[in-house]
Amino acid sequence: MANRPMLEIVSLEKRFGTNTILKKIDLKVAEGELVFVIGPSGSGKSTMLRCCNRLEEPTSGDIIVDGRNIMAGTRRDLDRMRLQIGMVFQGFHLYPHMSVLKNVTLAQRKALKRSKVEADARAMDMLEQVGMEHKADAYPGELSGGQQQRVAIARSLALDPKVMLFDEPTSALDPELVGSVLKVMKDLKSKGMTMVVVSHEMGFARETADRVVFMDGGVVVEQGTPDEIFGAPKAERTRAFLSRVSG
Amino acid sequence: MDIFIDQFFNIEIMRKSLPLLITGLWMTLQLCSAVILLGLIGGLFVALGNMSERRWLRWLSIAYTDLFRALPPLVLLIFIYAGLPFAGINISPFAAVVIAFLLNNSSYYAEVYRAGLISVAKGQWEAAQSTGLSPAQTLIYVVLPQAVRNVLPDLLSNTVEVVKLTSLASVISLSELLYNAGMARSVTYNASPLVLAALFYLVLLWPLVRLVSHFQRRLAA
Repeated sequence: MANRPMLEIVSLEKRFGTNTILKKIDLKVAEGELVFVIGPSGSGKSTMLRCCNRLEEPTSGDIIVDGRNIMAGTRRDLDRMRLQIGMVFQGFHLYPHMSVLKNVTLAQRKALKRSKVEADARAMDMLEQVGMEHKADAYPGELSGGQQQRVAIARSLALDPKVMLFDEPTSALDPELVGSVLKVMKDLKSKGMTMVVVSHEMGFARETADRVVFMDGGVVVEQGTPDEIFGAPKAERTRAFLSRVSG
Repeated sequence: MDIFIDQFFNIEIMRKSLPLLITGLWMTLQLCSAVILLGLIGGLFVALGNMSERRWLRWLSIAYTDLFRALPPLVLLIFIYAGLPFAGINISPFAAVVIAFLLNNSSYYAEVYRAGLISVAKGQWEAAQSTGLSPAQTLIYVVLPQAVRNVLPDLLSNTVEVVKLTSLASVISLSELLYNAGMARSVTYNASPLVLAALFYLVLLWPLVRLVSHFQRRLAA
């Protein structure tokens, strides 16, 4: 069962008024696979990611996580299924009024109904995994951006998600802090996490991604291994984009 | 000078009127507790209605806050106490005061809450809900604590206004602090009970006013 799909995006469409952001997108992500999504701004890549846990409501189409369609069911079902879909944001969005530890235990306690002892232990494990266990009692405002993002990753991981979505996780970071976050993501990949990453860190994609997807104008223009996409892009639009970002 | 002290700071008269004023103070405190507590709860619901995705709920909430902020609270009070009986609806003075000031006060609290809720970044909602928290849990544990902290001075200022507002209840003969002081004044033919009542208000509100300034400075820093 090594290659069963963990996340399937089926015929996903998103319109804002008359403006079509996503045009019938299809994408399958296998268990343990890291899919890296690139494309110019406005190509719909972030919208696609945000549709995967319905932070953005799809106009039509299906999102299937480990065999279950998150477009079907009640609001309660959605809350439960979101536990299986971790999300990391460009702006971290840690809760500023809670300590690091509380940030990581809140959803464990309230959504997963874990006991305090269990949630605390799990949180400390996850904080250790991202190298932040020494800051468990600190508040988000006392941390650097890179540290905040690592805590945000721990907050998602603590819920044992089946897939992790990263929405430009390093774009808001000072350059010298990017490495620490990418390292955590790489560790995660090596532990077998299924990941979809929207980012501009092409070096990371070359090194870590199983597959690179190029999006433009609300469609998947081209996809393949990092070597295929970065080495020998077929579509003209992909070539134009890559030559622009590599300067 | 003697007449000034005799008329405004007559210790003997103050001492005599003290029990009556304490009774009035107790009534004022009861009024305040009811109006503030219900206002804080009602105001939150009105504010949430204002931010709802349902249009009719938004409209209802806007109509409510507009109406009851525009209507003078005294007009509202007299209408409920002395107007509604014409339609066969009789309400006790205490209930009339609570209802009138609650309508007024919850509208102001709602506006303060709304400012607070808007001040919390949208990313906080998204992050919390992406971790499987329900909308209600997100509100209670993530958004509301930040919202309230951001508008604490305004919530407190509004609360000071409520305490002052309750003195209007004297108009419909509810025996709260000001009404009882007025009674003591007319019985003793001396203004000292009014001065004593003013002192009571001052002792009650001055710490709150200081607290507002303290929070304002802290938020500005």
